[in-house]
Amino acid sequence: MTMITAPELEIAVLVLGMAILLVEAFAAKIDKRVLAFVGIAGLALVLVASFFVTPGSSTSQATGFWSFYTADRLSIFFKQFSLVTTIFVLILMTDYAPVLRSSFPGATLQAGLGEFFALPIFTCVGLMYLVSAIDFVFIFVSLELVTISFYVLVSFTRRNPITLEAGTKYLVLSALSTAFLVYGIAWIFGVTGQTNLQQIADALANPATDRNAALFGMVLILVALGFKIAAVPFQIWVPDVYQGAPTPVTAYLSVGSKAAGFVVLLRVLEPFLALPQTQRLIVVIALLTLIYGNLAALPQANLKRLLAYSSIAHAGYLLIGVACFDASAIGFYLVAYLLMTLLSFAVLIIVAQQTGEQIDDFDGLAKRSPFLAFAMLIGMISLAGVPFTAGFLGKFFIFYAAILQHQTALVVTGVITVGCGFYYYLKVIRAMYWQSSARVDKIPVNGLSRLAISALIIATIWLGVYPQPILDALKR
Amino acid sequence: MVLFIIFCPIMAAILIMAGAPARKTALAGSILAFAAALFLLVSFDRVQHDFQHVTSFTISPEWHLSFTTGIDGLSLVMILLATIVTLAAIWFAGTIERYESAFYACLLFISGGAIGAFASIDLFFFYAFHELALIPTFLLIGIWGSGNRVAAAWKITIYLAIGSFILLLGLILLYQSFPASTRSLDIRALTAAAALGQIGADAQRHVYLLLLIGFGILISLFPFHTWAPEAYASAPAPAAMLHAGVLKKFGLYGLLRLALPLLPEGSRHWAGLLVVLLLGNIIYVGLVTIAQKRLDWMLGYSSVMHMGYIFLGVASATILSTTGAVVLMFAHGLSIALLFALAGELRKRTDTLVFDELGGLAKVMPFASLAFGFGVFAAIGLPGLANFAGEIMIFFGAFKNGWEMDRFHIFQIATVLALWGVVISTVYMLRAYRKTFMGALSDRWKEIVDLRFSLRLPIVVLIGALLCYGFFPQSLVQTVAPVLRTYLTEQHPPSASTQRGGNNIQQIAWR
Repeated sequence: MTMITAPELEIAVLVLGMAILLVEAFAAKIDKRVLAFVGIAGLALVLVASFFVTPGSSTSQATGFWSFYTADRLSIFFKQFSLVTTIFVLILMTDYAPVLRSSFPGATLQAGLGEFFALPIFTCVGLMYLVSAIDFVFIFVSLELVTISFYVLVSFTRRNPITLEAGTKYLVLSALSTAFLVYGIAWIFGVTGQTNLQQIADALANPATDRNAALFGMVLILVALGFKIAAVPFQIWVPDVYQGAPTPVTAYLSVGSKAAGFVVLLRVLEPFLALPQTQRLIVVIALLTLIYGNLAALPQANLKRLLAYSSIAHAGYLLIGVACFDASAIGFYLVAYLLMTLLSFAVLIIVAQQTGEQIDDFDGLAKRSPFLAFAMLIGMISLAGVPFTAGFLGKFFIFYAAILQHQTALVVTGVITVGCGFYYYLKVIRAMYWQSSARVDKIPVNGLSRLAISALIIATIWLGVYPQPILDALKR
Repeated sequence: MVLFIIFCPIMAAILIMAGAPARKTALAGSILAFAAALFLLVSFDRVQHDFQHVTSFTISPEWHLSFTTGIDGLSLVMILLATIVTLAAIWFAGTIERYESAFYACLLFISGGAIGAFASIDLFFFYAFHELALIPTFLLIGIWGSGNRVAAAWKITIYLAIGSFILLLGLILLYQSFPASTRSLDIRALTAAAALGQIGADAQRHVYLLLLIGFGILISLFPFHTWAPEAYASAPAPAAMLHAGVLKKFGLYGLLRLALPLLPEGSRHWAGLLVVLLLGNIIYVGLVTIAQKRLDWMLGYSSVMHMGYIFLGVASATILSTTGAVVLMFAHGLSIALLFALAGELRKRTDTLVFDELGGLAKVMPFASLAFGFGVFAAIGLPGLANFAGEIMIFFGAFKNGWEMDRFHIFQIATVLALWGVVISTVYMLRAYRKTFMGALSDRWKEIVDLRFSLRLPIVVLIGALLCYGFFPQSLVQTVAPVLRTYLTEQHPPSASTQRGGNNIQQIAWR
């Protein structure tokens, strides 16, 4: 068997995306959902192939392509993470297709569906490149690939004014954050003369380097990445964009985009760890994010908006991990977050088509569809952090790292905000199980979604009891 | 065998959720668990003080995390309590109108979680299992509760969630206070390492405080008790039986299991604070209990108050008092379950539990009033019922702690004040009995019928266990004392714990 190298994975996904676009353009007659299934199958093949890639180690001596691209264990792991996310997002999109059609009045039945299924695949390529990037130029290019495909996806149902608002907000603020990123890169390049992260670290170790200027550049980059991961005070766009975007895209934004942001953050911060100000800065951002995300989520009545604020709150917990610089704790948390967030969004998409996105619309779901209610229950308790779910172990590893480093402020705030979390996540459970609703008709769930949701439930509980596979994969 | 007891209720719950007939499956599961617990009790080797029936599945070698279960005397007693109360609670639940299968599944999850926590030797599962009860309790109170159920459900859930995360911090800190070479999540390994003095005094103080608050919230230690009366008053009777009877005892069990052997310095350091708080439980909450005007609230407060005695036994850390604490935990679990069960049946018949509206019910419900009488006398601590044995051992043991000829140590003062608690509980319990069952029968209640025969069985089981261990507390003492003796003699010189004979109870304990 021939060996597969890491860059071939991205090329395969890229070819897949192109192929789907071409088929979409020339075969106008087919049911466009076939494209989604082809995409899912293709990505699944790449996912399988990715397990045969041997991770390499990045060295500062690497030249050419390998000076900006690394295939270390962390990057392979997050490539698989991106693939899994995209597969689930495509499944969610097939469920969402009817909504999409109804938002194009007058157009043909299948208008726009082809691009809707093809764009996530290009986003996936961007995410896969991003997690491998170890050079600022390459980070910038792959980040733009992700962001630009999101511009289109977020405003896809553009006849809807709320979506249009979301699209504009996302476009303007992302462009702004990109400007910060480029400016930051310029400062760091100006100080060190390098764009490769390893060489920047070497340059910063040299006492002759102007550290204050480098730190300023780092802060600018932190602002840009703060937008991506939705850290306070760069979270303003999150609630409106999450609420306005098509729901599968919201799920993709909150999982894929955030995970890639954290991987880049870890890589970018590594050279700056020698500077003591870095950690203090991250601690402050983490505290603000935890407090803001959790408090703002408390009064929400719209589930999609609630999940937006909860994604800010989870960024706060992840930032605790960043402040302690524990890559495996962050990695595990992201995996848990992927499972429980996609689970919640999957149920939300199905229920929202029947009733709506408000928490009240979930009233009596336990009677109408015990399966969906149970899935949502698992998603919510995992987000809240109840043991025997992946979400609990994620918090456990994060708190473990924080206590080990005596980050008392982070730990105390973390525990209080976990209490808030229990309140707003249980509000959803309360609606589903306590309240009764006037409607008693069953909610249909198609086979593929049932399979996907079952897989997510099982994975959430499985990793909550047996986390070792992920911990092994994350070992450097 | 231990795994079988843990997974009996949990498997039954999963089967019920998958569509099995709810009540039958639940009853079968709890009867099987009870039978298995009896088998363990019979086959238990009382001479050995180590864990028995140990099974272990490795989960994460680098974290020393494994799913390890086993029982020693202490956990055996708690598992026996859990299975008895589960059986009684499930039997009592009867037919549920709304979401019957969810109701039984929730009850079984609470029970399985408690049993799992008692049987876990691994710290992670010890913690995780007890949290299994959190969401079912929220649903039980929220869906099937009465009175101010919404506020009560939120209060108990948020309180216990924060408490359990404080506990989690304590456990993580405990794990990290050991040197890296002996770090383990296995309680046996930690106990062995702590006996070698590998955990520093400072760390012990910090960890103990976190554990005290974390467990204290679950046990409803004053001033963290405010969730308890409200929740128990609103909860459906079987949920209150399981929560007050079994789950609350997990906190005390945790303190005995972890604080006693691992953190002796911590418990010495915080003993003064704990004594003040537990007197808050006994005196302050006791007086509040007297002021209650409803039976369910009165029972809720009384269950908070009785935790004070058990804390006194744990805090004074002599073998006699800690053994007494375990006996009282067992006895209180049975008696409060009995009282909540009867209060629940009363509520079904009268739709009110306000004292002023009740009265004279003994005429129409002779069996219930007799059974309630047993519960009342047990709660007061009358000889012949198991509570008496526990309380008197606690009082003797606590009075002995720190005893010097010429002055009163804090534990003597606490014991004297705690004895007044017995008077307080006599006042409120007898008053409740008189207002509910004695006096003139109102016309409204003329049509009320007594308990059905099938409901009398679980009541008889609970009273039988109370009487049995009231007359023969030795069997409990002999099961528990060896474990506690190893915990307490590993730090203290033997002379301090060897008591001079002189009264019967001590001779019972040392036989």
